[in-house]
Amino acid sequence: MATGATKPFGLFRNMTAKIAAIPMILTALVVFAGGTIWTVVHSFTGSKLLPKLNWVGLDQYERLWNSNRWIVSIENLLIFGVFSLIFSLVIGFTLAALLDQKIRFENTFRTIILYPFAMSFIVTGLVWQWLLNPEFGIQSIVRDLGWTGFDFDPLYNQDIVIYGVLIAALWQGTGLIMVLMLAGMRGIDQDIWKASRVDGIPAWKTYLFIIIPMMRPVFITTLVIIASGIVKVFDLVVAQTSGGPGIASEVPAKYVYDSMFLRQNLGQGFAASTMMLLAVVIIIIPWAYLEFGGKKRD
Amino acid sequence: MTDVTHFEGAHGPKPRRVFSRRNIFLYGTLIMVALYYVLPLYVMIVTSLKGMPEIRMGNIFAPPVDITFEPWVKAWSQACTGLNCDGLSRGFWNSVQITVPSVIVSILIASVNGYALANWRFKGADVFFTILIFGAFIPYQIMLYPMVILLREMGIYGTLWGLVMVHSIFGMPILTLLFRNYFTSLPEELFKAARVDGAGFWGIYFQIMLPMSLPIFVVAMILQVTGIWNDFLFGVVYTKPDIYPMTVQLNNIVNSVQGVKEYNVNMAATILTGLVPLVIYFVSGRLFVRGIAAGAVKG
Repeated sequence: MATGATKPFGLFRNMTAKIAAIPMILTALVVFAGGTIWTVVHSFTGSKLLPKLNWVGLDQYERLWNSNRWIVSIENLLIFGVFSLIFSLVIGFTLAALLDQKIRFENTFRTIILYPFAMSFIVTGLVWQWLLNPEFGIQSIVRDLGWTGFDFDPLYNQDIVIYGVLIAALWQGTGLIMVLMLAGMRGIDQDIWKASRVDGIPAWKTYLFIIIPMMRPVFITTLVIIASGIVKVFDLVVAQTSGGPGIASEVPAKYVYDSMFLRQNLGQGFAASTMMLLAVVIIIIPWAYLEFGGKKRD
Repeated sequence: MTDVTHFEGAHGPKPRRVFSRRNIFLYGTLIMVALYYVLPLYVMIVTSLKGMPEIRMGNIFAPPVDITFEPWVKAWSQACTGLNCDGLSRGFWNSVQITVPSVIVSILIASVNGYALANWRFKGADVFFTILIFGAFIPYQIMLYPMVILLREMGIYGTLWGLVMVHSIFGMPILTLLFRNYFTSLPEELFKAARVDGAGFWGIYFQIMLPMSLPIFVVAMILQVTGIWNDFLFGVVYTKPDIYPMTVQLNNIVNSVQGVKEYNVNMAATILTGLVPLVIYFVSGRLFVRGIAAGAVKG
């Protein structure tokens, strides 16, 4: 009967370590687990200015998915997400492969391509807002060169504004992907290269059919990094377009912020952030499964 | 994760002649790419050194004819956000005041966590650690409001210390991981020997672990200083206008709707805000790469 009882000895063992770990335990339980559950629970309430427990079932979600603004946000996130995944991986890998050619000044090139990553999204957004300014920026330069019909004003055109944000995001983030890919390439056994050279396989084919499959773990990690960054995109849009023109470049994270802190509609914010969590869970679970599920835990 | 600081051992075939077609293609492409990446920084600098008439007439890529530092002075000490017209300097000092304690507190807590997890494994530690790591992937948006309530209950909502606490909490997953992995990699005999000698938890931490882990502390510092300096979301949610960090103030200056747009002042302000992380990046080199590779996990 009493077999399962914990001996006081067990509880007080490593007492100092346990006390020292209290901030971590509180953060994990109260903020991360507790906060997440709290928000999910409150997404089923009609909270407006203050959080209240007046249940409304799935009303908030219904309203959310009927909101034009949310639909636009989701569409933008999908377009932005798909393109930034493809372009980050392709550009990142290509740049890494170029730097992998025993070139001189490799450090210089790497430093230059990575520096935008040190800058905040606010700075990135504002610079590209200026570069894409139709009156003074790239559009006017090309027109001055003689091509007067040239149109490139993504930040003032509802249909393509999200691509303007994409350009800025790629400029800021591809350096990191390149560095991760390069590290992955350097981790591959030199003998593979020797063997493929002996067999007379051209370098590009070796990269495509031998190196890429071997870099699978690096690709998966990179994919997760890019994907979880995409879901969170917020500051860049705020700085570059403020969600405009109109609502054409809204994103889910901004919807959450605006609902909670500008429009006093907490319930909507909770529902929208729960949807964001769901999106991340859908990305993370298969990855966690691939990464840790197959192997036995140590 | 693979160590990304090792860039030795390029794989491609050995270059032969200097002006082979391969080399021209390779270096040509790389130089074009490098130009593309440098261009925005160049445009920022050039724009910030021009007067407004010159900007209105000319080309954003053209070097300034009349170099003027007035936009910089104006951005630093006169630019307006709402009713305040004391420039970005206010935001700069706020950011300094926010970053310094946040970096120190978050690193202290995380290094002790990492040490406890690596050397003093206790029952349940893995569970908390797993939740913590999952926390790194959860979108911050979902924890924004519960955190507001928590800070309000503690009476520090809207204050500098509230924001310091937020940064310490949300920086914890990645930093704890960083320190745990580092301490795990140290030889266990050291720890055991110290235990035999009767050293306790704090004794081992201060006398053995700390002196041996300077590099990882530097990496953590680089990661945190850039991360916290560049933060926008927490700054705008958890502080009040008079202690807004630099990023928030910059955004308010540039994207304010009133008044005539002064692009040169805006660009000077933008460079000023980007300067701190940029200097850290160029000075720290490989350590920065190590930091972001670890920090990249948080997205």
